[in-house]
Amino acid sequence: MQQVFAPNMQQIFMPLNSATRRLPVWAVYLLGVLPFVWLVVQLFTGQLGVDPVKAIEHALGLYGLYFLVGGLAITPARKFLGLNLIKYRRAIGVLSFFYVATHLAVWLVLDIQLRWGEIWDDILKRPYITIGMLSFLALLPLALTSNNASVRKLGSQAWRNLHKLTYVAVPLGAVHYIMIVKGWQIEPLLWLGAILVLLFLRRFR
Amino acid sequence: MRFKPDLKWSDVTPKADFLNRRQLIKGAAGALALGGIGGAAHAKGQYAVEGIDEVNSLEDITSYNNFYEFGTGKGDPAQYAHALTTDPWTVKIDGLVDNPGDYDLADILANVDIEERIYRFRCVEAWSMVIPWNGFELRQLLERAGVQSSAKYVAFETLVRPEEMHGQRSPILDWPYREGLRLDEAMNPLTLMATGLYGEDLPNQNGAPLRLVVPWKYGFKSIKSIVRITLTDTQPETSWNMQNPREYGFYSNVNPEVSHPRWSQASERKIGGFFASRQDTLMFNGYGEYVADMYADMDLSAEF
Repeated sequence: MQQVFAPNMQQIFMPLNSATRRLPVWAVYLLGVLPFVWLVVQLFTGQLGVDPVKAIEHALGLYGLYFLVGGLAITPARKFLGLNLIKYRRAIGVLSFFYVATHLAVWLVLDIQLRWGEIWDDILKRPYITIGMLSFLALLPLALTSNNASVRKLGSQAWRNLHKLTYVAVPLGAVHYIMIVKGWQIEPLLWLGAILVLLFLRRFR
Repeated sequence: MRFKPDLKWSDVTPKADFLNRRQLIKGAAGALALGGIGGAAHAKGQYAVEGIDEVNSLEDITSYNNFYEFGTGKGDPAQYAHALTTDPWTVKIDGLVDNPGDYDLADILANVDIEERIYRFRCVEAWSMVIPWNGFELRQLLERAGVQSSAKYVAFETLVRPEEMHGQRSPILDWPYREGLRLDEAMNPLTLMATGLYGEDLPNQNGAPLRLVVPWKYGFKSIKSIVRITLTDTQPETSWNMQNPREYGFYSNVNPEVSHPRWSQASERKIGGFFASRQDTLMFNGYGEYVADMYADMDLSAEF
């Protein structure tokens, strides 16, 4: 009887797991860059409003956050839901870095327009930018070691330890988002909440 | 001295053009027009300002707004402000005035001189636009209300009507939106009560039917959809200062030297064009010639 009311999560996700096994990793990369392609299409068809730079900058930052949270969700999804997406975790991580890095590049080139004095001042004096840069710097070694050669070179345990930097980088990204909006807005707070829940779930082995 | 600007939006932007897209004033005709603006206006001691070479399009001005009463997104006001009823409209003028009361908008407008003013509008978020307002000098209305000698400040309030202003259903600010000026700032000839732009009635998302425009201060001082003006002898509370006093001061004069915790104020992006170009921000948004005297004895980094 208990099965009827509380079916085993593993059984629910079993068909999904076999379906995702058939989806090749390259397809995830392809799907993952679609939001970027869509932004470019919107840009050239004039759908980004009167301030396309800000629209692109914000969208890239948000997409980066979505993928970062997606990457953090994979372990709890397997543990608590039986949904196994481990195969795609690297792709999701690399995609998140792609969006975070293009977000940073748009800020540097199109927004602040390479005024290095102001850029340096911003990084040092404006906490939300300081925090955003810290998050980027924490993600950078992870992106650089997201390949099999690096896993071999570092050794599995050291590589795993290094990649625990995501536990710092992702919440910093959400804090960066909370601080840039004016006032206390609900959406960025919900993202930070979701991240903290995903991190907290890791305490249960 | 009556403030008589000779700069009109039609000098800068041909009417046929503003209806489609923003117009860069370049080439021979543009140079002539600019000569007229900068040279002539300057010669008469009026309000020439550096770096205004382009008036933003109606699309720019009406689709990129901060008006949290209609949501926090830049596009929200354009999307939702149509719900606002602006007729009938009355403005309560009270406090330290000889003639307090509820003034009907038509009655206010019948007793002031409406003129065109092209001002650069500098947002605290480090972007700017050039906007061809129509409106009247605030001091005309204050003089009519009869400011008493004990008055030192002017407080303003925006309409509260959550059923039409859906953003007011969330407590992002302590509604009503409040702003204030020192009396000398309010009486400055540059201080405008705007009633329109590009020669047409003010669109709702821009603060219809009546909003303040204080061109040497950050945009959030220019309170929209005003329903109350109160003369006081104490410095009034202002919304963003109440929300975050460390970030938003009472004066909030545009000042590239005093940086906001979140935005460097050294430069600004000019909204308009495919990608907005960045320019240096000027002290008092370039209007120092007309307003700096009011702050001669103040430490503007302490009283920001």
